[in-house]
Amino acid sequence: MRHVLGDKRAIALLLGPALLVYTLVMLVPVVWSFGYTFFEGNAITGFEPVGLDNFTRLLHDPDVRTATWFTVRFAVLLTLVQVIVGYLLALFYVFVLRRSSGIVRTLVFFPVVLPTVAVALLFQQLFESAPRTGPVNALLEAVGIGSVDWFASGTTAFWVIIAMETWRSMGFYAVLLYAGLVDIPEETLESARLDGASGFRLVRHIVVPLSLPVLLSAVIFSINGTLKVFDSVLALTNGGPGNQTTPLTLYMYQTSFTYGEYGYGSSIALLLTMFCLVVTLVIFRSSRRDLTKA
Amino acid sequence: MSQTMTPARVTPPPAPTDRRQRRRRPPHVVRRSIWTGALTAFVLVIVVYPLVWLVLGSLKTQSEFLNNPTFALPESWTNFSNYVTAVTDGNLGTYARNSVLAVFPSLAITILLGVAAGFALEVMVWKGRGTTLLLFLAGIMVPGQMILLPLFTMYFEVGITGTLWPLIITYSAIGLPLTVFMMATFFRNVPREIFEAATLDGANIFRTFFSIGLPLVRNAIFTVALVQFFFIWNDLLIALTFTNRDDLRTIQVGLLNFRGQFGQVDYGPTFAAICLNVFGTLAIYLFLNQRVMKGMTAGSVKG
Repeated sequence: MRHVLGDKRAIALLLGPALLVYTLVMLVPVVWSFGYTFFEGNAITGFEPVGLDNFTRLLHDPDVRTATWFTVRFAVLLTLVQVIVGYLLALFYVFVLRRSSGIVRTLVFFPVVLPTVAVALLFQQLFESAPRTGPVNALLEAVGIGSVDWFASGTTAFWVIIAMETWRSMGFYAVLLYAGLVDIPEETLESARLDGASGFRLVRHIVVPLSLPVLLSAVIFSINGTLKVFDSVLALTNGGPGNQTTPLTLYMYQTSFTYGEYGYGSSIALLLTMFCLVVTLVIFRSSRRDLTKA
Repeated sequence: MSQTMTPARVTPPPAPTDRRQRRRRPPHVVRRSIWTGALTAFVLVIVVYPLVWLVLGSLKTQSEFLNNPTFALPESWTNFSNYVTAVTDGNLGTYARNSVLAVFPSLAITILLGVAAGFALEVMVWKGRGTTLLLFLAGIMVPGQMILLPLFTMYFEVGITGTLWPLIITYSAIGLPLTVFMMATFFRNVPREIFEAATLDGANIFRTFFSIGLPLVRNAIFTVALVQFFFIWNDLLIALTFTNRDDLRTIQVGLLNFRGQFGQVDYGPTFAAICLNVFGTLAIYLFLNQRVMKGMTAGSVKG
């Protein structure tokens, strides 16, 4: 039996193709891209070695600073909003809707599967101010606040991206966290109720502490995804106005393909990868700690 | 599907004595259910209204867009000319065809390679499989931007730019980490004894894989394929990089350039194009929502 399940030839045949494709199309390019950071040029014009110039430039480029700041601010804020809104929805499903939450869960999840480009174009129209007043501005006018030109300033555009991403993903986090809430044993809740805890106090002292592990993993998934935000920003604001809503991903893309600077583009990609690596290492450490606890 | 029945927790009635004392629904229970209804309605309006508004918009004419209030219903419910414009002038048909041609072959390759690799990594016994699994896992973390430029150079040197091959190859590889990871997880949940019994009965490893392993994880394969489908179908980064001609664009890239082509002002066809793009995923979600929800949350490591 051992020799059947440990058959070297079979392993090579089953694993080989996947490993080969994965190595050629992902691992090799990662190393290659790292190599590009010491060069300047592109696929069409050829490359020239420039030593560490790309890294010096990376340190002093104000656009990199803007992009990094945007990326971090976006990832942290969106993670908080996504997880909190998702958690509130999950609490709503479990404690208020109870058995009848199925249809609501399914409906609220739906935007998750929509193409980002389609959602972004939809939100452009929702938040439009001129030449036509979109629904959001129409509502604001009706309340007496007045219309806002959302895409004219970096701050308001930032909030539109956050709103759109929240709309898109809250159902996802709600379902993820819902699974964690359902796992809390009924007896625990019951005994807390008998002890007089109810409503907010029950949630604050019993439910939240018990769902901390699943909350933590939701935060991790969210950070990991939001650091790589690209489609939504590109399609919604294209980084504008100016470069005020340009994340590192988009800045890398523009540098590489609009200006044909592969070397510098690779350096920005490397910076982004470093961010993701740090986050992943934190994930590993925290998940390991959880394992030992269990 | 059985998932529909996921036992939503039944919170027991406030207290048994409470119930017995008041037969009719006491005011605070009525108030409570009004609140519940209002809150549910609020959540659903936020989620559903933008989509309803989108569909309504796709039926409006340009003058309706500019002259009527934004909340107005379309004047004609059978005005599908926007859809015709989107498909013919907007080239949406070509884009959709390109998407199908790029997505389904890559999906087939990813699943085929990923399932075999998952089996080799989880069921078979050999040194270094833990490390290999970690190697695949690392791919989930790497942002697409890190591999874009070398791939561009590679495809350029090989001379396959200007076809859909760069998309198919890249999608197949990018889908692998998550597929391998998810398949390994599914194989892990199959009792080892089943595979051991099969080999004891004299099945060779390929027989064990095709006749025992595959049927056992058939459902899981379908779920993974569904998740990967959404990731690949909705991708913008790869498609944008490797489609250098208009007639190669996938539906996402096509839609992105749609507004450029007509200018922001041509509302009707833009709305219709967004609608057409949304309907595809809507149709799948309508029939397979429980499985999609399960699969997407299982694949959440991808973020």
